[in-house]
Amino acid sequence: MEQRPLLHMKSIHKSFPGVQALRDVDLIVYPGEIQALVGENGAGKSTLMKVLNGVYTPDSGQIFWQGEPVTIHSPHVAQAHGISMIHQELALIPYLDAAKNIYLGREPAGALPGMINWSKMYQDAEQQLAQLGLNISVRTPVRFFSIAQQQMIEVAKALSMNARLIVMDEPTSSLTDREVETLFEQMRALKARGVAIIFISHRLDEIFEICDRVTVLRDGELVGSHPISELEANDVIRMMVGRDVEQIYERPEKTISSEVVLEVRGLSRGAHIRDVSFALRKGEILGIAGLVGAGRTELAETIFGAHPASSGEILIDGQPVVIRRPSQAIRNGIGFVPEDRKREGLFLRMSVSANIVMVVLRRLLRGLPFIPWGKVGEVSRDFIDRLDIRTPSPEQRVRNLSGGNQQKVVIAKWLTLQPKVLILDEPTRGIDVGAKAEIYQLMHQLAANGVGILMISSDLLEVLGVSDRILVMRDGRIVGEFDPATATQDAIIARATGNDPAEMVSVRAGATS
Amino acid sequence: MTAVATTTRPARTGRVRIGNLLRRSAVFLFLILLMAYFASSSDRFFTTGNLINVAQQNASVIIVTVGMTLTLLTGGIDLSVGSVAALAGAISAGLIVRNGLPFELSAPLTLALGFGLGLVNGGLVVFGKLPPFIATLAMMGVARGLTLLYTEGRPISGLGDTYTFWGRGVVPVPLLGDVPAPVLVALAVVLVFAALLSATRFGLHIYAIGGGEETSRLAGVNVNRVKLLVYGLSGMLAALAGILLTARLFSAQPQVAVGLELQAIAAAVLGGVSLFGGVGNVWSAVVGGFLMGVLGNGMNLLRIASYQQQMIQGVVLVFAVTVDMYLKRLEGR
Repeated sequence: MEQRPLLHMKSIHKSFPGVQALRDVDLIVYPGEIQALVGENGAGKSTLMKVLNGVYTPDSGQIFWQGEPVTIHSPHVAQAHGISMIHQELALIPYLDAAKNIYLGREPAGALPGMINWSKMYQDAEQQLAQLGLNISVRTPVRFFSIAQQQMIEVAKALSMNARLIVMDEPTSSLTDREVETLFEQMRALKARGVAIIFISHRLDEIFEICDRVTVLRDGELVGSHPISELEANDVIRMMVGRDVEQIYERPEKTISSEVVLEVRGLSRGAHIRDVSFALRKGEILGIAGLVGAGRTELAETIFGAHPASSGEILIDGQPVVIRRPSQAIRNGIGFVPEDRKREGLFLRMSVSANIVMVVLRRLLRGLPFIPWGKVGEVSRDFIDRLDIRTPSPEQRVRNLSGGNQQKVVIAKWLTLQPKVLILDEPTRGIDVGAKAEIYQLMHQLAANGVGILMISSDLLEVLGVSDRILVMRDGRIVGEFDPATATQDAIIARATGNDPAEMVSVRAGATS
Repeated sequence: MTAVATTTRPARTGRVRIGNLLRRSAVFLFLILLMAYFASSSDRFFTTGNLINVAQQNASVIIVTVGMTLTLLTGGIDLSVGSVAALAGAISAGLIVRNGLPFELSAPLTLALGFGLGLVNGGLVVFGKLPPFIATLAMMGVARGLTLLYTEGRPISGLGDTYTFWGRGVVPVPLLGDVPAPVLVALAVVLVFAALLSATRFGLHIYAIGGGEETSRLAGVNVNRVKLLVYGLSGMLAALAGILLTARLFSAQPQVAVGLELQAIAAAVLGGVSLFGGVGNVWSAVVGGFLMGVLGNGMNLLRIASYQQQMIQGVVLVFAVTVDMYLKRLEGR
């Protein structure tokens, strides 16, 4: 590609009090190129993008846009140049329709001052969306659309501002497979129109599918920028974390006891869970795979008492227990690390130590009315050490921690109770490779100590790489059991979607018997 | 692909439409049922005289509710409207009685004062970064104090006919007959602001700010100006309501319109305006205001004591908002 670069960020430095966030980073993007920007959390990706978007001013360095040096001191200026950001948390106004969202702040003027030319606005919006192959009503409030559709509305918004470069920050993290494919088709179409895309993602398979070039940051420095054809997944991981992928899914030698710690018999809840039975043994990591909406999270919530079952039995250590509220589950030694840790797992504005002791506090109090701060500090420091939670102090607010460390805080919270069963729902979602490996190690360590672990995951590499046994759910039922040593991704997908010939046979056989 | 594929979300549009329709007409339905009930239990309720009476009594509440809808839509609130209305009534009366100004001059000056006080609210919110609740709570105290100071705690009377016309006077309107002047004023306010909200850039920006302030700012919406203007308009409408109230009472009462802000908030919420901003419109807020008015009037006719009335109003508010939230959940967010 011997063209003139669209964007050249040259020798960018940026420091915050106590941290050198970016050191001498270069980024070059060509027109019509899809460039992956990867790195662990804290590697400097978002800082670099905020510099590009005019949120941060670099300490030194220069940005060249289409060959010209430019100063970008606000997102507005970035937009005016043709640089648009699509954030992970979509920036649409949920109650307004697509047209209003696309043209907000740039409404076509109507006949009278202050009025809007509504018909032009709706027509233009329709055109923009049609160009993206999006066939949706421009008059429906955007909150009724799926995340994928909302993303496309953001893309339409960017294009309506004549964007030449679109930065997509983890656009696929909440999309389904089919939606990801649609997004990729649109990205290819944009590329064909000469629009460049910076694609931030943790998912290497996606990067290899869609990107032309990979730029890797680590600890605020540029590790390298290479055409995708010259790299393999392992190279990228090595550049990101400095170790190999095999190490991430490394399993310790283990023997699982025959003692069942959690057993579920005929558990049902409405249409969400139907007649689910399984047994989890001490020290076992039981993976649960399935489509989103197959009832996996609902199953976890039911076992944890967040939504009580309509029928069925739960047994702990062979004894039937009543679990209709989370407090009862907790009393029976069950911990639950939810999928959405920010909303359901953490008190973001509270300190690390407060989060860690939250469920054990009752025991620490021992019936006394006053919080034993000394004990609280002791317990939280102990877990910060044991789980290697990287925080400047136990008093740091949790929301300032990286995703991986936040997840460790949630896990620590349950470990304070020495649970018998730990349920983890999407334990590594939005967590970078290095922290992922640490979470897996932690899970193996807990299993070795006899904790039964139920892991729900949509990441099949993770299900296959971490579990000792795999259950597949579909439509609220368990429809298959696999041994990770012999199972393949394809087999699990086939079972999860109901396209597994083996299952068809067994179902038919079952029906005739 | 490592992630397992998922099915796309089921279409919910049919259900959404029913939900929306219900949501939009729930207050209306409730109002009609209530009126039917009162009509059946009191033969005085459904007379022209009484209905005009209801409209007249509630004109100022409805005007203030329109202003409250604006501030609520931006995600704010204006607690000062009752006090600003009282201060406006006092000043407008004082300008006439003490300074000898004609009503034609006193009224616009008073409206400007209301707008100015609203701008102060807006300034505290926009530039002082105060939560709207606190900024307008402070103004509520200050304006009430100023009213008492200005009136020395006594009513100001002797307003003259031009003034009191706006409280008790009637205007012959084709087809409708004699319509009370304050009702016409309220109607005009509702029409103007409904159009402002639904047709203009300013209106769209009000909704946008309530739905996502940062997004709006990044999209180039002048958030500060819109908010200042919204609080200014809320203050101005409060002053207008104060003039109408004063006209109806033939005198400026220092303790008038206590609790008016709560009536307006209740009316707006009944009408489906979200306390978190971004959702609602003037029309249903007005219906909400009317609902509260009809409820009060009907209970008067049924000779329900005022102590019980307050309780019933509280219960109705809770009931209506509970139904509203249930319907919102049906909508599926």
